[in-house]
Amino acid sequence: MKKISLRRMAKNQRGTITAVKVAGDLGRRIRDMGLVTGTVITVQGRAPLNDPVALRIRGNTLTLRNNEADFIEVEVEN
Amino acid sequence: MNKITMALAGNPNAGKTTLFNALTGARQHVGNYPGVTVERKEGEYQRGDFNAVVVDLPGTYSLTTYSEEEVVARDFLANEKPAVVINIVDAANLERNLYLTCQLLELKIPLVVALNMMDVASDRGMEIDAEKLSAFLGVPVLPIVARSGQGLDELMAAAQEMVEGRLSPPDPAKVRISYGDDIDQTLLTMTRLIRDQDLLKGKYPSRWIAVKIIENDEALIKEVNEDSLDLAAQLLHEAEIVAAHLMKTFDTYPEAVIADHRYGFIKGILNRGIITHRYDENRLYTSDRIDKVLTNRFAGPLIMLAVLFSIYQITFSFSALPVSGVEAVFGWVAGLVEANLGDGPLKSMLVSGVIGGVGGVLGFVPLIMLMFFCIAILEDSGYLARVAFMMDRIFRMFGLHGSSVMAFIVSGGIAGGCAVPGVMATRTLRSPKERMATLLTVPFMNCGAKVPILALLIGAFFAQHQAFYMFGFTILSWIVALVAAKLLRLTVLRGEPTPFVMELPPYRFPTFNGLMIHTWERTWQYIKKAGTVILAISILLWAMMTYPGLSPEKEAVFVQERARIITLYEADSEAGNKLLQEVDNRQGGAALRNSIAGRIGVAMEKVTWLSGFEWRTNIALLGGFAAKEVIISTLGTAYSMGETDPEDAGSLGDRLARDSAWSPLVAMSALLFMAFYAPCFVTVVCIAREAGSWNWALFSIVYSTAIAFILSTGVYQVGRMLGF
Repeated sequence: MKKISLRRMAKNQRGTITAVKVAGDLGRRIRDMGLVTGTVITVQGRAPLNDPVALRIRGNTLTLRNNEADFIEVEVEN
Repeated sequence: MNKITMALAGNPNAGKTTLFNALTGARQHVGNYPGVTVERKEGEYQRGDFNAVVVDLPGTYSLTTYSEEEVVARDFLANEKPAVVINIVDAANLERNLYLTCQLLELKIPLVVALNMMDVASDRGMEIDAEKLSAFLGVPVLPIVARSGQGLDELMAAAQEMVEGRLSPPDPAKVRISYGDDIDQTLLTMTRLIRDQDLLKGKYPSRWIAVKIIENDEALIKEVNEDSLDLAAQLLHEAEIVAAHLMKTFDTYPEAVIADHRYGFIKGILNRGIITHRYDENRLYTSDRIDKVLTNRFAGPLIMLAVLFSIYQITFSFSALPVSGVEAVFGWVAGLVEANLGDGPLKSMLVSGVIGGVGGVLGFVPLIMLMFFCIAILEDSGYLARVAFMMDRIFRMFGLHGSSVMAFIVSGGIAGGCAVPGVMATRTLRSPKERMATLLTVPFMNCGAKVPILALLIGAFFAQHQAFYMFGFTILSWIVALVAAKLLRLTVLRGEPTPFVMELPPYRFPTFNGLMIHTWERTWQYIKKAGTVILAISILLWAMMTYPGLSPEKEAVFVQERARIITLYEADSEAGNKLLQEVDNRQGGAALRNSIAGRIGVAMEKVTWLSGFEWRTNIALLGGFAAKEVIISTLGTAYSMGETDPEDAGSLGDRLARDSAWSPLVAMSALLFMAFYAPCFVTVVCIAREAGSWNWALFSIVYSTAIAFILSTGVYQVGRMLGF
C-alpha cells in the first residue's frame, strides 16, 4: 500500500481517499460531493486531453480537474 | 384550511423538478444537467382539504454557501420557515444525497424524505429498507417514483400529518451527529454561549450556528457579526482554538473533520442493513457502457463535433422555412399598411419602426424554439455534462468552462449562427464568472447576419481568395472571442476558476412533456421580455434615420428634377423610370445624410478617419446596431443605390470597389470593425436579461466596440505605413 495523489492514478485503478488537503470553497465542494476520507474510488477515465478525470464513487460518476485532484491523497495497492 | 408553504429540497439530478411538476402540474423545466433550477419556482398543490403552495428550491448538494443556489435555499428555509420540507433523495445515490438530509435535520425543520427513483435502484439490484431508514433518521421516509407518480399520495399524506402536528419534527437527540471529541467539546461551549444570549433570536438552532462557525461559513459569520460583535468575537475565538488544535494534531481542517463525520454518520446508518446490493456496487450499467464510446479519447470528440454540428444544422436549416413564413406575414402586413395609408411619418414609422421591430423579434422565434429544443434534449439526456467534461481543458485555458462551447457554436462558431440564442444558451452554465465571460464574448462569433457583409466586402475587394478570407474570419472570430474572454477573466471578471467537481448523471431518455415545457417556457420568456424593449429601440432608430429630413429648398430641387425627367420622357418608358429611380435614390441618400443618424455619422468622421471610415460607413454601422443586416441596406441608401437586398448586393459591391473612399485596406478595416463591434440590440437586450443588469449590457457595447476600433485602426494605420 502506498499513498499517491489522485492525479497520478491510472485508469481503472482503485484506491481509498486518505486526505483532502484543501480548505475554502474548493475543499467544501469536493467534500460536499462525497469525496471524503475513507471513500473508495476508481478512476473511470479521463477526458480526451487527459483532464478532467472521471471517478467512480459509490456506483456514480464524478468529474474533477487535475489541479483539483492534486489536493486529494489516495491509498492504492502497489 | 389555510394554505401552507411546502418546500422541495434536494440534490441536482435527484428528480426534484419532476416531483414538482407531478405535484403541481406547473409548467417547469425538467433537467438532467446539474442545477438547471436557479430561480425560485412556485406551484399549487391540492388534495382533499390539504392546500399547499409548493416552492421548488434550487438543487444543492449542501447547505453551506458555496453557490448562490445554496444561499437561496438556506435563506428560504431559515426566513420563510415552510410548514414542511420534502427532501427528495436519489435512492440510487443514497449516501451522497443523505449528506444534505443531515444538514436539513440539524436545522430542525419539519422534514419528510422522499426516496425517489426506487425503480432505478431496484434495476441496479439495490434494496432499500425505507422504514428502517425512517427509524434511524427520526423522520418519515417514503419511497416514490416521481416520473410515474408512484407513491406520491402516501408522500403527501405524510406531509399533511407533519403539518397538522400528528407527526413530530426531527428529534434532535436522535440526529445529533458527533464530530469527534475536540469539536464536540467546543460545540458544547459555543452552544451554551449562543443560547444564553439568544443569538439571532432563534432563527437557527444554536448548535447549527456553532457548527457553521467552525465550518467557517462566511455568510453566517457575517450575520452573527451584525447581531453581536462581542459574542461573534468570542465564538470565533473558540473556533480558532479548535482549528489550530486540529491542524497541529491531525494536520487537517475543521471543515474536513465535520464532513468526514457527517459521511461517517450516514455510513453508520446505511450499514445497519438498510441497503442490500445484489450486484457489485461499482459494476457498469448501460449508461456507463454508452460513456465508454461517447467520452472515448478518439471517438468522443468526433461524435461531439457531429452532435454539435447537427444541432447547428437542425436549428438553422429547419428554422429557415418558419422564419421566412414569419417574415412573409410581416411583409404582407407591411404591404397592407403601405397600400392603405397615405404617405407620411405615421406610415413610415409603422412600416420601418413597428413592423420592422416586432418582425425582427418574432423572426427569431422559430430559431430560438428549435435551439432550445435541441439543447433540452442534450440537457435532459445528460449529454451536455459530457460535452463540458470533454471540452473543459481547452476552454479553461481562456477562463471559461467546458459547457461554454455550446453557446459559442450556436452564436456562429460555425459561421452563420445567431448570438441571440447563443446568449440564451449560457443558461446551462453554473459557474457565475465563467458564464458572464461566455455571455460577453459569444457575440464576436460570425452570426448569420454578418455573413452577407463579409461576402459583400470580400467579394468586392478580395475576390481571388474568397473562400480563404471567409474561413479566415471564422477562425479569427474564435481567436478574438477566446482572447477577449481571457482578458475579461484577468480584469473585470477576475477570480479563481469555479471548482469543476461535477456529476456525470446517468443517461436518461428525455420525456416529451419535459422537452415541450422546457422549450416553450424559454421561448415565451424571450418573446415577452425582449419584445417590449426591442420595439422601443426600433422606433428610436427609425426616428434617428428619418428626422429631420430634407429642407424644403433641397426637396424642391429633387421635385424639379423629377418634373424635368417626366417632360423629357414618355410615361412609363424604361429610360425615364430608370432616371426617376436614380433621383429617388439620390434623394434617399441626401435625406439620410441630413438625418440625426447622418449627422452623427458625419461628426464621427473625426474619430473614424483613424480606421479609414467616412460618414456613409458610419451611418451604416449605426444602423447595424438595429440588426447587422441593416448595414448593407443602409450602405445602399447612403451610396444612393436605393434599398439594397442583403442577399443580392453585387451591384453595391461594384459601387464600393469603384469608390475613391474605399480600397482593399479600408475594406479590411471595415470587415474587422463590422465583425467585432457592438452586438445588435436584440442581443444586447438578451445580455441585459441574462446578466441581470443593464450595466453589463452597456459594458458589452462599449468594450466590444473598443476592441473592434483598436483592431481596425491598427490594421488600417499599419497598412498605410506599409503602403497598401
